[in-house]
Amino acid sequence: MANGTTTANGGTWAQKALGWVDDRFPLTVLWKSQIAEYYAPKNMNFWYFFGSLSLLVLVNQIVTGIFLTMNYKPDANLAFASVEYIMREVPYGWLIRYMHSTGASAFFIVVYLHMFRALLYGSYRPPRELTWIFGCLIFLTLMGEAFFGYLLPWGQMSYWGAQVIVNLFGAIPVIGEDLSIWIRGDYVVSDATLNRFFALHVIALPLVLLGLVAAHLIALHETGSNNPDGVEIKKLKDPKTGIPLDGIPFHPYYTVKDIFGAMVFLFLFSLIMFFAPELGGYFLEYNNFIPADPLKTPEHIAPVWYFTPFYSILRATTTEFMYVVAAGIAVLTLLYWRDYKGIWKLIVPAAAVVAIALCFLMEAKVWGVIFMGLSVLIFMAMPWLDLSPAKSIRYKGPIYKFALILFAIVFVVLGYLGVKPPTDILTRVAQAGTVLYFAFFLLMPWYSRIDKTKPVPERVSYAH
Amino acid sequence: MRIKSLLAAAALAAAAALPAVAAEGVKLDGFRPDVRDAASLQRGAAVYMNYCLGCHGLALMRYNTLQQIGLTDDQIRDNLMFTANKVGEPIATPMTRADAKIWFGAAPPDLSVIARSRGADWLYSYLRGYYRDPSTPTGWNNTVYPNVGMPHILWPLQGERTMTMVPVTRDGKPVMDHGKPMMEPRFEMVRAGSQSSAEFDRTVADLVNFLVFAGEPAQVKRQQIGYWVLMGLGILIFVSWLLYKEFWKDVH
Repeated sequence: MANGTTTANGGTWAQKALGWVDDRFPLTVLWKSQIAEYYAPKNMNFWYFFGSLSLLVLVNQIVTGIFLTMNYKPDANLAFASVEYIMREVPYGWLIRYMHSTGASAFFIVVYLHMFRALLYGSYRPPRELTWIFGCLIFLTLMGEAFFGYLLPWGQMSYWGAQVIVNLFGAIPVIGEDLSIWIRGDYVVSDATLNRFFALHVIALPLVLLGLVAAHLIALHETGSNNPDGVEIKKLKDPKTGIPLDGIPFHPYYTVKDIFGAMVFLFLFSLIMFFAPELGGYFLEYNNFIPADPLKTPEHIAPVWYFTPFYSILRATTTEFMYVVAAGIAVLTLLYWRDYKGIWKLIVPAAAVVAIALCFLMEAKVWGVIFMGLSVLIFMAMPWLDLSPAKSIRYKGPIYKFALILFAIVFVVLGYLGVKPPTDILTRVAQAGTVLYFAFFLLMPWYSRIDKTKPVPERVSYAH
Repeated sequence: MRIKSLLAAAALAAAAALPAVAAEGVKLDGFRPDVRDAASLQRGAAVYMNYCLGCHGLALMRYNTLQQIGLTDDQIRDNLMFTANKVGEPIATPMTRADAKIWFGAAPPDLSVIARSRGADWLYSYLRGYYRDPSTPTGWNNTVYPNVGMPHILWPLQGERTMTMVPVTRDGKPVMDHGKPMMEPRFEMVRAGSQSSAEFDRTVADLVNFLVFAGEPAQVKRQQIGYWVLMGLGILIFVSWLLYKEFWKDVH
């Protein structure tokens, strides 16, 4: 315990210094409770690398971002050339810029894999709902951060991508037009837009992001980590020490493991950054090397790859598609009929009727925007959609396994379709994908209950 | 006066033609740039300064960046530097944007990063795709970029060609594409240029090579550093793996 005696009782100078700090700041307490004596399940596998890797990429983005702002000019007349100035004239500016641009894509890769891990092992389930929701908010903020940042190089894709996305807000009834003008600060994407996006990208959203990451970690350390078996290790503790039987101290075990993971990640990261920084036009789009020109609309405007699954859902929402949506609402309402109690037996069908009416009263364009938003936000509902007795896929039944694999495939296919110009056939595929995407979530309360699960063991399985 | 009317004609062409993508279905010839070939880059730089810089700047690059392709400041100053007084100045076109707007309708783009937006294949095919076409204001047209505003600047080298679209045949039979016979351009030399077809291909290759270099002058250094970084990380992967295995020995 930290108290005045620590400093008085001699010891080496280092112990004295630590004692001095501990009397004023809980350094040793924090170190022990959060790292050295924070017990994590010993069976965390490959999928558990992506949390620490997300943190690594976040630090990379912030540090390289700081150096980029030293030479970047958020001015419509100077921005494009200032990025090339960084690439050519600033010593190792090209390295900093590529670390940042590759880092942006890497961020989404590790975050998607991190989220997939949660879907695999039920990390969103009680008692970790808030860790999951903070995580979803991080993802949402990250999308905003990436969107604002993408305007800054002021290339054609920066410009027209921002134009398209901001115009989406114009689809919102009544306030839409004014809202999109308010976001842009102008009638078109312009210098004013660039300035405010810069402000949002370098200060506003990073602050939100850091706050959310802190909340995510605090919540995680409160409940402790989940594991591939979905077993709560805190339920079985050593009666003498109070340490979970299946837990090992985060430090040194997971610190050394994560360092190894980080090295492998950095190897792959460097492979792309030093030898294919454009990654075939996916990490840096070719058209973005053409300076922004408000008078020339590119033939094909595609968002960067990490937005394309959601962009596909937006494009798939056509007027015809609304019949499918209306049918879907009706099916879901009937499917869960037995779950409505009391007054809900009236409210839910009434709401369904209103929603179906709105399907045809509101423009498909508006619905597209709504569905795109929902496709991101719906992850937050996971803790309440999954009613399976088992948390982890290891003990869940065949239906969930099939649904998750299908969902992963659909996500990739929608992503692929989002970079392609739409054709009649591809739009049909995207519509089927959109139905399957939402079915994964909205049918879950039904299929997770009827699925045949296996009994969940008391202890984690760890073969060594 | 003659120059003025020519420029006016070009201006009309530029205003009329704005497509920014390769014509649909045009097959591009593959070209692998080699930015380590200093001799090719130097020849490409010479072609650029003589034929392109009059209209197209490389303004994001300085003249002394050409040191990286094996030239001394004196060589640059004496042979390549037509539009600046000091080697530290940018490779800018002498044509002002205001003049260009009046003459061509639109200012010819700066080509500093053109290789990164268009790609080497496109540039290589485009620069070799010109032919005579009396229906356009410049008298030139291009298979890769139809109705392009830029006339054929390299014609003294390539010569003048005409083009006819002919059906593609395989084993004497026309190849069909979506129910229509597939067409390809066939060129015919009307007046030979100073270079043979093979020589001209090499000249264009040098020029495209130079543009690829100009698109990212740091690219050779980037790869050189990359090998060292990967080697270092390879060692760190091994060491951290040993460390991980050592610590985890006592986890049962």
